[in-house]
Amino acid sequence: MPADLNWAIGGEAGDGIDSTGKIFAQALSRAGRHVFTSKDFASRIRGGYTAYKIRTSVDQVESVVDRLDILIALTERTIDENMDELHEGSVIIYDGERTTMQDVEIPDGMVGLDVPLKSLAEDAGGAIMRNIVALGAACEVTNFPIENLDESLDKRFKDKGQAIVENNKEAARLGQEYVAEEFDHDFDYDVETTDNDYVLLNGNEALGMGAIAAGCRFYSGYPITPATSIMEYLTGRLDSYGGKVVQAEDELAAINMALGAARAGARAMTATSGAGIDLMTETFGLVAQSETPLVITDVQRSGPSTGMPTKQEQGDLNMALYGGHGEVPRFVVAPTSISECFWKTIEAFNLAEKYQTPVFLVSDLAMSVSEQTFPPEVFDMDEVEIDRGKVVDEDSISEWQNEKEQFQPHFPAADGVSPRTFPGTDGGAHMTTGLEHDELGRRTEDTDVRIEQVDKRQQKVETAREAEEWDYREYGDTDADTLVISWGSNEGAMREALGFLDEKDIDVRFISVPYIFPRPDLSEEIEAADDVIVVECNSTGQFADLLEHDTLTRLKRVNKYNGVRFKADELAAEIEDKLAEPSEVEAE
Amino acid sequence: MSSDIRFTDFKTDKQPTWCPGCGDFGTMNGMMKALANTGNDPDNTFVVAGIGCSGKIGTYMRSYALHGVHGRALPVGIGTKLANPELEVMVAGGDGDGYSIGAGHFIHAVRRNVDMTYVVMDNRIYGLTKGQASPTSREDFETSTSPDGPKQPPVNPLALALAAGGTFIAQSFSSDSQRHTEIVKEAIEHDGFGFVNVYSPCVTFNDVDTYDYFRDTIVDLSETDHDPTDYDDAKSAILDADKEYQGVIYQDEGSVPFDEREGLSEPMHDIPDGAPEDAMDLVREFY
Repeated sequence: MPADLNWAIGGEAGDGIDSTGKIFAQALSRAGRHVFTSKDFASRIRGGYTAYKIRTSVDQVESVVDRLDILIALTERTIDENMDELHEGSVIIYDGERTTMQDVEIPDGMVGLDVPLKSLAEDAGGAIMRNIVALGAACEVTNFPIENLDESLDKRFKDKGQAIVENNKEAARLGQEYVAEEFDHDFDYDVETTDNDYVLLNGNEALGMGAIAAGCRFYSGYPITPATSIMEYLTGRLDSYGGKVVQAEDELAAINMALGAARAGARAMTATSGAGIDLMTETFGLVAQSETPLVITDVQRSGPSTGMPTKQEQGDLNMALYGGHGEVPRFVVAPTSISECFWKTIEAFNLAEKYQTPVFLVSDLAMSVSEQTFPPEVFDMDEVEIDRGKVVDEDSISEWQNEKEQFQPHFPAADGVSPRTFPGTDGGAHMTTGLEHDELGRRTEDTDVRIEQVDKRQQKVETAREAEEWDYREYGDTDADTLVISWGSNEGAMREALGFLDEKDIDVRFISVPYIFPRPDLSEEIEAADDVIVVECNSTGQFADLLEHDTLTRLKRVNKYNGVRFKADELAAEIEDKLAEPSEVEAE
Repeated sequence: MSSDIRFTDFKTDKQPTWCPGCGDFGTMNGMMKALANTGNDPDNTFVVAGIGCSGKIGTYMRSYALHGVHGRALPVGIGTKLANPELEVMVAGGDGDGYSIGAGHFIHAVRRNVDMTYVVMDNRIYGLTKGQASPTSREDFETSTSPDGPKQPPVNPLALALAAGGTFIAQSFSSDSQRHTEIVKEAIEHDGFGFVNVYSPCVTFNDVDTYDYFRDTIVDLSETDHDPTDYDDAKSAILDADKEYQGVIYQDEGSVPFDEREGLSEPMHDIPDGAPEDAMDLVREFY
C-alpha cells in the first residue's frame, strides 16, 4: 500500500467539481489525515475541463506527484486528460449510463467502476447529488469511514436545511453500498484515520488571515484571478475588526484608495495579479515617494498581458523588483509555502510601517489555490508581533517640528526613517507629494535637497538590510556538492524531490529563499557547491539572473512555464538530468 | 478643533505660482473659508489633489494633504475618509484631472456617495501644459492641439453626476467669492458626496470662457424659483445648454453617506500590539 493516496474528481466547469473535492478534502482532514490539494481549471464559468486533486497521507504532504490512484470521471475527457498519471491498479469511477460515457474503455490493468451515479442520486432526492454518490463510492474504495464524510456534508449544506443534508448523506451511502455490493475487489487503497485535528486552507486564505492578524483594517481591490479570493476572504471578516473591504472600480482606484487609507493611519493592503499590477504601477512610485506604508500583493499567473489567467507562473519577479519609473526603494517578499503566506504577510505589514515603503508581497497561483492541512498551532497567534515604526503623537510631535512649529514628515534621519503622524494629530498638518520635496513635504527642485531626500529613502533599505534577518530555509544535506535554490511555491515539490533523489543516491542541499529584495547573500553556499541549479516557474530564470548578478557565477536552471506547477517526481528527474550536463564555465 | 479658527489658518507661507488673475485663487480662498466656517481646522482636514494647476492646491493650503498622480485624487480621498471618518476630506481637481483621465473615478465616487467634498476648478482648458483642449472645451474652441476646435461636444459634468446618482450637485463661479464660499460650505455640510463644479477662468490660455463671459451670462439659481430638491428641476437646469448656472442644482435630502451606511465612524489607526484576542477563531474556521 502506498504511503500516500492520489485522488481526483474531474468534469466540466459547473459540474460542482470544486465543492465536491473540497467536501472530501475536509472529510480527510477531519479524519486526521494530511491533505494537499491542487486544481486544474480553465478561464470559463461553465464547460471546459476542470479537476480537483487531493493527495493525502498520514504524514505532511505539500506537493503533487505524477500519479493518480482514484479518479472520479464525470466526463470521458477527464480520463483522457489524466491518462499520463493513471497507472496499473488505478480505480476509475464513472457513470456508464451517461450518454456520453457509454463507450468509455478502461485501459488494461486499471479498475473501472461503472456506478449509476445519476440514478442513485435521483433515488436519494436529485440528480444534482451524483458527485456525492461518487464520493460515497470513493469511501468504499478507500475503506474510509463514511461518518467522516457526513460531517463534511453537514458543514457544507447546513445552510440549505436539514433535508438537503440528509439527502446528501443518503446519496453518499447509496454510492458506498453500490460499490460494496456490485464489485468484489480488494482495492488496496485503504486510508488510515488518526486522532489529529488539522485545519485545511489555501495560500490566499492564509494570506488574508495573516492580514487580519497583522491588524490590516483596509483592503481595496478589483476582481482578478487568482487574487480575488483574498478579497472574498477579507469581506465580512475585516468588518468585525472595524475595518473595511472596498471593491474599487479598477486597479488604479484600488491602490489609490489603499494609499489614502494608509495615509490616514490604517494598515492597508491591495492585491491583484500581474495584469493589475501593471495598472497599479502608476501609483506605486507615489507610494514610495510619499513614504507611505503599503502592502501590495501580486498573486502571479501566466503572463504577459492576459496570458493564461488560470495557470501557474512566476514571471513577475522582475516587475516587482524594477517596476515603476525612477529609482524606487521597496521590499519584495515572497512566501515559499502556504503557512508562510500567513507569516510573511504579517512581516510585510511590519516592514511597510517600520520603513514607510511599499512592500511587494509576491505569491503565485499554485500556492493561492492549493489547500494544505496544518496543525492549528502553526498559526499561533500569540507569536504575532506588530511594529508600527516611528509614529508620532500629540505628546511627542514638538520634537519633530521646526522652529516655526511645522511638522517635518521627511526629516532626513540618519537611518532614513522619518517620523510619521496620522491626520487628525494636532500640530501635524503637512503636505505629502509625489514631487520631490523638502523635509516639510513641500515641492523642491533644489539640487542639494534632492540628493538628501533620495539618499534618505535609499538609506531605509540599507538600514533594513542590517536590522532585519533576510534569511532562508534549508533542507537536505548541507554538505552536498549539489545545491538547488528556489523561490515561491516550488519549495514543497522540491522538498519532496529530495526524497526521490536520495533514492538514487543523489545528495542535494536545498535552499528556499523567501526574500527577493533585499535577499540573503548566498555567495558562500554557491561557491561551496559543484553544481548549482535554480528552480523556478518562468522561462528565463529571473531569480537565477539575480543570483548570478550577486555572485558572478554561472548557474544551471530548471524552468517550467507550461502553466502547470512543478510535481515532486518530475522535478527530481529534471534535476538528475541537469546534473548530467557539464557545468558551465565560471565567469572570469 | 478650535472655534476661533480663521480661514487664513489654512494658508501656508508658500506663494502660489498660479498666473496673476487665475481663477484658482478665488476657488481656493472660498474652500478655505468654507472649511473654517464649518468649524474645521488644518489638523483635522485632509486635502487631496491630482496634477495640473489644481493639483498645486495642497502646497498652498495648510492641512494634512496629498498631492497625487493625475486623475486619481478621488480614490485617495475615499480611502482616507473611510479609514478615518472623523476627518474632513476635501478633494480638488481640474477639468482634465476630473473629467478626462479621472472620469471613471468621478462617476464611481459620485455613486459611492462617501461623505466628502469634491471641488473641480473648471477652466475649460489645459493650463499647466500650456493650452490644449480639455474635456469641457467648447466644440469649436481653437487650441494648439485642436486648431479647428475639438469637434466633439464638451463633457457635461453635472449631467454625469446626476446620471450616476449624485446626491449633491452644485456649480459656482470663483470670482463671486461670497456665493462660491456659501456653495462649498453647503457641499461640506451635505451628508454624502458634495460635488461643486467651479468656473475658474484661465487668464492665459482661454480667451473665450473669461471672467467677463461668466459675469455676463451666469444665472444664480437662488434668485429663480429653482427647487434643488426637485429632480426634474435639476435635470432641466443641467441639460439647459444655453445658460451658465451657479448655485445648488440638486440635493437629495434623503442621502445617507456610504460610510454611515457601512457603519464606519471610528478611525482605523488604532490596532492591538499583537493579533486580535479572538484570532485563533480565524484558524478554527478552517477545521
